[in-house]
Amino acid sequence: MYTYDDVDQRLVEERVAQFRDQTRRYLAKDLSEDEFRPLRLQNGLYLQRHAPMLRVAIPYGLLSSRQLRTLAHIARTYDRGYGHFSTRQNLQFNWPRLEDVPEILAELAVVQMHAIQTSGNCIRNVTTDHFAGVARDEIVDSFVWCELIRQWSALNPEFAYLPRKFKIAVNGAAADRAATFAHDIGLHALKNGAGEVGFRVIAGGGMGRTPVIGHVIREFLPWRHLLTYLEAILRLYNRYGRRDNKYKARIKILVRELTPEAFREKVEAEWLQLADGPATLSEDDVRAIEARFERPPYQVLADATVAALGACGAWMKRNVHPHKQPGYAAVSVSLKKTGVPPGDVTAAQMDAIAALADRYAFGELRVSHEQNLVFADVRQADLQDLWRELRALGLATPNIGLLTNIISCPGGDFCSLANAKSIPVAEAIQRRFDDLDYLHDIGELDLNLSGCMNSCGHHHVGHIGILGVDKHGEEWYQITIGGNQGLTRPGAPAALGQVIGPSFARDDVPGVIERLIEAYLARRESDDERFVDTVWRIGIEPFKEKVYGKRHQAQDHRRRQLAAA
Amino acid sequence: MASVIRHRTIVEDSWQPLEADPWLRVGESGLVPDFPVAGDLLVPLRLWQLRRDDLIARDGRLGLLIEGWDEPENFADALPRLQLVAIHVPQFADGRAYSLARILRQRHGYAGELRAFGDVLRDQLLYLSRCGFDSFALRDPGRAEESLAAFRELAAALRRPYAWQRAA
Repeated sequence: MYTYDDVDQRLVEERVAQFRDQTRRYLAKDLSEDEFRPLRLQNGLYLQRHAPMLRVAIPYGLLSSRQLRTLAHIARTYDRGYGHFSTRQNLQFNWPRLEDVPEILAELAVVQMHAIQTSGNCIRNVTTDHFAGVARDEIVDSFVWCELIRQWSALNPEFAYLPRKFKIAVNGAAADRAATFAHDIGLHALKNGAGEVGFRVIAGGGMGRTPVIGHVIREFLPWRHLLTYLEAILRLYNRYGRRDNKYKARIKILVRELTPEAFREKVEAEWLQLADGPATLSEDDVRAIEARFERPPYQVLADATVAALGACGAWMKRNVHPHKQPGYAAVSVSLKKTGVPPGDVTAAQMDAIAALADRYAFGELRVSHEQNLVFADVRQADLQDLWRELRALGLATPNIGLLTNIISCPGGDFCSLANAKSIPVAEAIQRRFDDLDYLHDIGELDLNLSGCMNSCGHHHVGHIGILGVDKHGEEWYQITIGGNQGLTRPGAPAALGQVIGPSFARDDVPGVIERLIEAYLARRESDDERFVDTVWRIGIEPFKEKVYGKRHQAQDHRRRQLAAA
Repeated sequence: MASVIRHRTIVEDSWQPLEADPWLRVGESGLVPDFPVAGDLLVPLRLWQLRRDDLIARDGRLGLLIEGWDEPENFADALPRLQLVAIHVPQFADGRAYSLARILRQRHGYAGELRAFGDVLRDQLLYLSRCGFDSFALRDPGRAEESLAAFRELAAALRRPYAWQRAA
């Protein structure tokens, strides 16, 4: 866990005072709606369909039990007793009162938390691999680099009014578990031939209405230049990104319009002016940040084979992950129980999870971008006990990596941007696939669901993606297959899904997913071949045929749909 | 004369701006009127490009009006002769002026007065100042007094211990 120094603490307190005054002036009508908007957004506050929504930053997804208890307290005191973990590893409260927000931020500051830059056209919360620091394939501990980026980007005066939002992801391991190719900037740690640490810099990726896989603009950036290089990219974007059309304002459009080659040349030219400047990092700088992270005092243990059968065995298989420290494991706490909106946690569950973190996981937990929680450091000998406790809380659904581990945005039930509802669709699919044996037989599958083109549910990079669309005021769902969030295993790079055909009414969606799965199971070459591998091997045609029938039937479907619309 | 905030103090401004649009229409056809003989003159970039030598020869201080998207290369030659660079902010959420200010200060070593004018509001003053602006013509000059408090916000950022932290 990172512990604030005096200046960090002072800064969040001063930020609360600043926003308290801004809110007061807005309520006194000294500040107009337009003038207040970017100020409140940069403090995490949206004005939503039913009530304001407050997005609390959980930098790189790392959270202490003490902080989680404060979140539970806020949920109970200022909200309706629950919170929602988002795909940006943040936590959202859906029902606070505008007048209360300064007070909520003050409560957060006490436990070294804030909502700075969780929204608005600025550099957002930096995200990373939820197994940072414990993964066996680790190259660097990405938390340290994320914290450096957090400090550099938070309250950075030059980049507070960018053309559009800006998201940075850092991955510190061999496998990309941070979706670095789907971010405005993705940083992938690696070592060069001399064993020196650096980063592969990827820019211009992103989802939204124009999904793009990012371009590698530098194969190896030595670590000391990390911040000056980010500065060069951000400065270029701030100066030349489009401001005339918000749908063309993300950096991916600038990269495309310039071409990745010309963009790279401009970044390098700008960087030459900044290289070795004041934002250059020294070994002391990095060590100072590293020293503020408290490490778990591991016991010397040996790896044990834990024999577990039945439900606990299924959980061990899916929700328990290898750890670099012998005798320890990482544990996913599934927030994807059927009937509960993906990512939602009640205040009582938060308190209970905090207690479990204290007892089993050194008082620490992480939020994954798949909207689950992770206890990163659990003794293998404690796994069965932990499972029993999690099961009692409804948090032991053994579905990590499986079809029902659905990533979903809050959708039309909450979000004013959404075209369609997400949560009921996710639930209907979970109900259709409630047979655990069948689910495990299907194997690894990322199913991602967004209620609109903004793609908060990351549907473009789901092995199966579902997108809510509006047709003449009705909710329809478009389905893509073959997407992939990143190089999670060798030979499986980041990819965007392809649309299988005309969209479907809500009630038809679970049946369509079922047919896609049947097509896969009939054609997979081995149990190891995942759904997405089969799609890549045989293409989308066989899947289309299974869903729509032969070509003429697809046209029939289209005609029926038009008639209905 | 309107008041501006300069070095966190409210002062009466002595600069005389030449209105860009009507003036340039005349200028480009070659019928450039005489400059005011005395006083501090603030001129559009286009005029500098057309009448560089005359502007240099003139008595009195010289300032340049530019837009946030202007390329510094187009007026870098003017910088050593300028006492004021005034960057227009068309809309308060347009962040280009921030980067341009940093480039002028850090790359071109411009040390004279750097002013933001246009849609300049209290809640942007702090970040503008941290990017190198030291002078502000507010959209509503009547709010200058109450706006001074903005400079005292987030003071801890300046006390961060490491150079890389203060560089942001």
